[in-house]
Amino acid sequence: MSTAPNKQPGDPETTGHEWDGIEEFNNPLPRWWLWTFYLTIIWGIGYTIAYPAWPLIQEATPGLLGYSTRAEVAEEISRVEAANADIESRLASIELTEISADPELQQYAVNAGAAVFRSWCSQCHGSGAAGVQAAGYPNLLDDDWLWGGDIEAIHYTIAHGIRNTEDFDARFSEMPAFGDILSEEEIAQVVAYVQQISGQEADATLVSAGAEIYLDNCASCHGDNGEGIRDLGAPNLTDAIWLYGGDAEALTYQIVNARNGVMPPWTNRLSEAEIRAVATYVHGLGGGETLEE
Amino acid sequence: MATNEKPPMPASTTGVGDRPKRKSILDRHKILETNATLLLVFSFLVVTIGGIVQIAPLFYLENTIEEVDGVRPYSPLELAGREIYVREGCYVCHSQMIRPMRDEVERYGHYSLAAESMYDRPFQWGSKRTGPDLARVGGRYSDDWHVDHLIDPQSVVPESIMPKYGFLLNTRIGPDYIGELMATHRILGVPYTDEMIEAAEEDFRVQVDPFGDFDGLLERYPNAQVRNFDGRAEITEMDALIAYLQMLGILVDFSTFEAVANR
Repeated sequence: MSTAPNKQPGDPETTGHEWDGIEEFNNPLPRWWLWTFYLTIIWGIGYTIAYPAWPLIQEATPGLLGYSTRAEVAEEISRVEAANADIESRLASIELTEISADPELQQYAVNAGAAVFRSWCSQCHGSGAAGVQAAGYPNLLDDDWLWGGDIEAIHYTIAHGIRNTEDFDARFSEMPAFGDILSEEEIAQVVAYVQQISGQEADATLVSAGAEIYLDNCASCHGDNGEGIRDLGAPNLTDAIWLYGGDAEALTYQIVNARNGVMPPWTNRLSEAEIRAVATYVHGLGGGETLEE
Repeated sequence: MATNEKPPMPASTTGVGDRPKRKSILDRHKILETNATLLLVFSFLVVTIGGIVQIAPLFYLENTIEEVDGVRPYSPLELAGREIYVREGCYVCHSQMIRPMRDEVERYGHYSLAAESMYDRPFQWGSKRTGPDLARVGGRYSDDWHVDHLIDPQSVVPESIMPKYGFLLNTRIGPDYIGELMATHRILGVPYTDEMIEAAEEDFRVQVDPFGDFDGLLERYPNAQVRNFDGRAEITEMDALIAYLQMLGILVDFSTFEAVANR
């Protein structure tokens, strides 16, 4: 045993290591620490029995509690679905125009729709639904609609999207790029005409020639007076609301290059009730129109 | 104090009192502790066994190698886009891993399956979500939106803090080394065939040309999307990156997928 000369009576044992006369006490680990350590080992063994743990030939031991992350998320989703099942099935089956007549349904649809909108629509149409002006992402707050602003038209647009390649029922129209069709002079003239009918200042010397070019090339989609045709998604050119900007530069760019915006279909990602909810939400933002019988 | 006389070893190196000298395995660790090389060898052994127990089962357990319909290797253009995704460090802010939780499933779609990243070398699961998860971003936005957003993210999402990547639109990209890249991925286990590698340059070009002959591309890479992704005549890095983003997470045929519990 230790022969340490400085060792006092009552001191603990030393480890027996000695370097140049320096020795170390062999203080035991604190009891609480040691027992905590043993407890973690026992708990660890229990854990591997209760939960999936040890790899076997085909799969890991399932554990006595039968825990599974997949089962857990499926259970949670079905719990929420069950809680909303009644109102969701009512929402999915009722006539679209009747939703607003049922205050409970309307309230549910607007709130659920707002959540869907923030998650799936706001990236393009903005978190406040104001779109991105002049960049091709339509403002949903105003009463200017490209493809129709009644609840059924909005529902159709959300369900099938616009000009996408995934849904055969997507709304489709395509403005041709007139850069290949009209001369620069002709484009300048038609730009002047569009500026005039939309109430902007325009070069009067170009307008009358522009009117003729407009009737030959543009009127079939945008209407004889530039009021637009919703069945074709052709915007109204006589108001101050523009999808890609309304000044001469933006108009020229659009006529030459013809950007055609794309919206994805949502039938494959959202449930019918969710689509109806977000349609109700968008319809109620301010510009919603009453369906004409 | 100096002495040549070493004190005798205690009976037990744990030093719990004076016990009769007994050769127990617990008493032998002094051999390891006093031989650095032996300690190294045994440490390596311990780590190896631990590693084998933890890692090896992942190569044969059913739930980690679960196959699903629809997942295929990346087309040459998508693979090039993926390289740009890695190069620009997109994974630093965007994960590609939808966890099995209700809030994530509601926001991003079906939770990610292991098979969906089976051809990723390396995987892009990420661990940090400064931006949203991108595992199922494919088809969620239009190509135009991606162009606008990559040029100036704040122009479409004012709340965003994402940096601008407009230079991608001005950087041309060619298929010069795409065959070599695919051959490298084949070494790492991606099942690219000789035919795929041979046709790599042609497939690369034809995927951005909707008027080209892309039948071969679609045969080799089912559900590949053929479009001029960025609207420019030339092939740019923007084309490649958007081609990659637009196919993320939409290959799995969930109509044939059945989530087996206990996985």
